[in-house]
Amino acid sequence: MQYWIIQTLNSLALGGLLFLLAAGFSLIFGLMRIANLTHGSLYMLGAYVGISVLKYVPNLWLAAIIGGLVMALFGGLVERLILRPLAGNALGQVLVTLGISFIVADLCLIVWGGDPIPVPTPPALQQPILVGGVAFPTYRLVVLAIAVATALALYLLMDRTRIGAMIRAGVDDMQMARAVGIPVSRLFTAVFCLGAALAGAGGIIGGPIMSAYPGLDADMLPLALIVVMLGGVGSLLGAFVGSFLIGAIYTFGTALLPDLAYVILFLPMIVVIAFRPTGLFGRQSV
Amino acid sequence: MTEALSLSGIDALYGESHVLHQVSFNLNAGRVLALLGRNGAGKTTCMSTIIGFLPPRAGEIRLFGEAIGKLSPETISRKGVGFVPQGRRIFPSLTVQENLAVSRQKRKGVAMPWTLERVIELFPRMKNRLQQLAGSLSGGEQQMLAIGRALMGNPRVLLMDEPSEGLAPLIVAEVGRTLLRLKQEGQSIVLVEQNIKLALGLADEVVILNTGRVAFSGSAGQVRSDQALITQHLGVF
Ligand SMILES: Nc1ncnc2c1ncn2[C@@H]1O[C@H](COP(=O)(O)OP(=O)(O)O)[C@@H](O)[C@H]1O
Ligand SMILES: [Mg+2]
Repeated sequence: MQYWIIQTLNSLALGGLLFLLAAGFSLIFGLMRIANLTHGSLYMLGAYVGISVLKYVPNLWLAAIIGGLVMALFGGLVERLILRPLAGNALGQVLVTLGISFIVADLCLIVWGGDPIPVPTPPALQQPILVGGVAFPTYRLVVLAIAVATALALYLLMDRTRIGAMIRAGVDDMQMARAVGIPVSRLFTAVFCLGAALAGAGGIIGGPIMSAYPGLDADMLPLALIVVMLGGVGSLLGAFVGSFLIGAIYTFGTALLPDLAYVILFLPMIVVIAFRPTGLFGRQSV
Repeated sequence: MTEALSLSGIDALYGESHVLHQVSFNLNAGRVLALLGRNGAGKTTCMSTIIGFLPPRAGEIRLFGEAIGKLSPETISRKGVGFVPQGRRIFPSLTVQENLAVSRQKRKGVAMPWTLERVIELFPRMKNRLQQLAGSLSGGEQQMLAIGRALMGNPRVLLMDEPSEGLAPLIVAEVGRTLLRLKQEGQSIVLVEQNIKLALGLADEVVILNTGRVAFSGSAGQVRSDQALITQHLGVF
């Protein structure tokens, strides 16, 4: 019983972290048609920046905010200075983001070293919650709550505000959005910064569960890619459902059939893509 | 008379394919200019150069005297060019209301700015469709939405590319009445149409394109009274 509860909460926490990563990835891909392969690096760099903050101020939430802000700045610079001049050149953008992710990985290795750095769980959240004699790991519940709250906030932003409608108009028909005066390029940068901030904050929020280590970026990026393909590019709901689906498949897959973890992970994606090329919640005409 | 929009010596190319050759015309404020020509004559290309999708390779475009030929579509829109594209191109996954809201622009010196209410008053059938996804509208409703969307930007010049295309006769008549009302309110319009009768009924000036060149430029009255001109440039072989 305890084992299953822990695994379920692990899968939900991983799903929540994946959502923080995949939501931005999906929005960026949906709006700008950029497969931003730095997204895993933003996650890892956010974790490392957060760890450096924690050295001075031992507050995980402050570290998450600062990590997120630093990544927003970094992402905004990458978008404006590097990706913008490559607009329309999809292959160039993919290669550049891949290159940046290698550079970031090496720089992280130099600055933070090769050993995994654990991130302590905030003291207030270390004690498990006991319900009926079963211990629920509190921090994982908090991560889940953060992801759900973020999803809700993003939903309200995208669905209930004029800015959100403008972003969706840009996803529908970028050229036409420009022609009605929507400042598409400024929105692009804003969305990029937002996506980067979520990824960076996710990195340090995930710290107490995953810690920070070289290769964290390469572990997380493929999961985000699968989530977005499964859920559908540009779809927030798709990213949400896909994240928890992949979180569960990955957690239980590695626990039950460790040798087949990747088969279990990629098989549902392949099946979905085969029957619905735009993903579960993607629009048909992309 | 104030020149609302002027094109002078516009050349436009898709890659190496030279489509517009030295196109020039003027639209005076408060007037309707019909831009006519056979399929493939370059009318849509002309609209694309004005709105900034396809910046002109040569020549100058001026909006109330200000050069706009090198600006981006969003800036051109913000300067006051409204655009109703061929094929409507409403935002299908947005609701009708959102389509209108995202296109709202404030403009100084507009006596009666366009609002959601005024657009609904112009197209009463939109009233019950506000929360509906625009992609689920009928063709005629999408066309009305596309017009309403352009109006929400309070355009100083309105470009319309074949607003009657593919619509049932009753709806064409409704679009025609709408255009007449806009004209009466003093809206400057460039109207591209295959429906010659509709266009000539509204236009003050006519420009006819033929294989990317201006083949005729003159008053609408002149065209109305000269059947040979229509046959020569617009008739089907
Ligand atoms: N995106 C494009 N790329 C290349 N050629 C095009 C493109 N769009 C239109 N053309 C060509 O430009 C010419 C003018 O087309 P268009 O402006 O659409 O004509 P019209 O609107 O008068 O029917 C045609 O010969 C057409 O084939
Ligand atoms: Mg055309």
